[in-house]
Amino acid sequence: MKRIIYREWRIEPGRYWGLLAILSSVVAIGGLAALYTFQQGHWITGMTNSVVWATPHVFAVFLIIAASGALNLATIGTVFGKGAYKPLGRLSGLLAVALLMGGLLVLVLDLGRPDRLIVAMTHYNFRSIFAWNIFLYTGFLILVIAYLWTMAERKGNRYMKPVGVFAMFWRLALTTGTGSIFGFLVARDAYETAILAPMFVIMSFAYGLAIFLLVLMFTFREEGRPIGGTIMRRLSSLLGLFVAAILYFTLVYHLTKVYGAQHYGLVSWILRDGGAYTAFFWFGWVLVGGLMPLGILFHPTLAGDRRWIAAACGLVVTGGLSAMVVIIIGSQAYPMPMFPGHTILESGFFDGVGGAAASYRPAVSEILLGVGGVAVALLITAVGVRVLQFLPESLADEIVDPHVQTARA
Amino acid sequence: MNDRDDATDTGRRRFLGAATGVAAAVLAPGVFLYTSATATPRSEAVTSATRWGMLIDTAKCADGCSACVDACDRENGLTFQPQPEGADDTRWANQQAVWIRKVRLQDDLTGRITNVPMLCQHCEHPPCVDVCPTGASFKRADGVVLVDRHTCIGCRYCMMACPYKARSFIHAKVEHQLTRAPRGKGCVESCTFCVHRLDHGDISTACADACAAEGHQAIVFGDLRDPDSDLNKALRAQPNRQIREDLKLNTGVRYAGI
Repeated sequence: MKRIIYREWRIEPGRYWGLLAILSSVVAIGGLAALYTFQQGHWITGMTNSVVWATPHVFAVFLIIAASGALNLATIGTVFGKGAYKPLGRLSGLLAVALLMGGLLVLVLDLGRPDRLIVAMTHYNFRSIFAWNIFLYTGFLILVIAYLWTMAERKGNRYMKPVGVFAMFWRLALTTGTGSIFGFLVARDAYETAILAPMFVIMSFAYGLAIFLLVLMFTFREEGRPIGGTIMRRLSSLLGLFVAAILYFTLVYHLTKVYGAQHYGLVSWILRDGGAYTAFFWFGWVLVGGLMPLGILFHPTLAGDRRWIAAACGLVVTGGLSAMVVIIIGSQAYPMPMFPGHTILESGFFDGVGGAAASYRPAVSEILLGVGGVAVALLITAVGVRVLQFLPESLADEIVDPHVQTARA
Repeated sequence: MNDRDDATDTGRRRFLGAATGVAAAVLAPGVFLYTSATATPRSEAVTSATRWGMLIDTAKCADGCSACVDACDRENGLTFQPQPEGADDTRWANQQAVWIRKVRLQDDLTGRITNVPMLCQHCEHPPCVDVCPTGASFKRADGVVLVDRHTCIGCRYCMMACPYKARSFIHAKVEHQLTRAPRGKGCVESCTFCVHRLDHGDISTACADACAAEGHQAIVFGDLRDPDSDLNKALRAQPNRQIREDLKLNTGVRYAGI
């Protein structure tokens, strides 16, 4: 394998500043939306006492798990010694940090009291998975920054493998923790299942890789850096594998639920009677986020076309957001199983009268906050690749020769 | 030079004298208040020798009666929740805080109708306390589950975790509130078992009193640990159960007739 040269992203200044200006504007609008919510209170959002986590959490959780998945490529290169992936390590680390920052910002800015963030950092209840996650997230940031240093600094190279191994376990813990935020909740039918944790892990692999591929293809194309067919084929097949695994976990999740008679109602609601949530499940999660990208990524001709691969990545991201809508919002909208064998005729607090789901319509401010988080992640990435040497000069086949993949870990 | 040093600075003396007087005047009431405050029972730490609980006999809960709900709203300042200008009516109804509500159920098999007042169940193992990242959600030694409004960051994880939908998030600015039931925008709250009464030695809750005043006597409040309490006698007298018994949370609120 030839020596990999990393170089700053040097696209034409006008285009670069234009890109930064657009991203900064989206970030600013998201910030204003958060400020407005903080100043007014959450009544301006679509959230209620029935649906307490909603659109901002869809974006936040998506970004957080994607962050963990984005680091996958660095892991494959360092920990598993696949030389062909090594040049991708730095971008992988940068994206992991950027996506996590974006997700955390959305999460924090949607708190009822974001001004009390210091309380969250000084008061801990160690029985709370949320509290563990605070450590998992901040630890992840520090660890990935250290990891990037070992990759970029010659003196640090020898620590790369141990730090990489540690980072791998850490991010598995992080995604398991994020899935467990939901999986350990006994109150709601849709949660209370350990399968959510590994499902979040596999989702993180797919979403992180899809975003990674989009960023990689965009940055390389804009500057005319070459990406060889070999690495593209490998990455797109890997994405296909992860997408298929999500579908498998989705199937097992529903089988788990449908096996117990007490969950029949939930499963038929999601699969058939849930209105918008049923649509998000079948069209978003399964079709757009699963079957369509699979069809593209394993298609004999389309799989070789960069535009189609990019489209597949976009579909995976869209499907991922849809999956989050179903998992986070749908699970709350479905009534809680307080009185089995009874129908609620009247309630003073929207307890699912007649089995009706809680209504929720996102407010514009929620969407702006969520999109603002995405823009924060992209802004950090755009600045990162410009000022530091994150991107390899070339990923052409002769540079990344798969036959010479003896890693020098 | 010496003359200047030796001369008595009367201005300084007057100033010190006045300052001492003012300081004493400012501090004294506080010191006396503290003394008198420590003398009352509510400054003593609660112990697990008591566990507050409740029995709700749904057979006595009357159709169309909302005495418990109204009394709770008045007692805990829940009537001071004006709808913000421009808020959607239906949505706002689900954004207001509710501590106790009535749920009317029909048995799917028999068609029997039951009225169930639902409130925080004051669990022995409260899921809301387990999940709270900052420890704002806590359980007192006497079994009352509360939210410390100084450390609640408004993450709503407790609302995700509560199997009884007992908690409310304050969605809008609070204009008026009662000293006994402090409230803040962006924090979560729920039924306190009228803890302000308990801490003043008044063993009652607004909902139980109101129900009794209506002549229904559907709610009995008392100490679960005291074998001679009215509550324990009532619990022994009739079969009763917990809602979502499967979760083994050992709730402080029990129901008869469901």
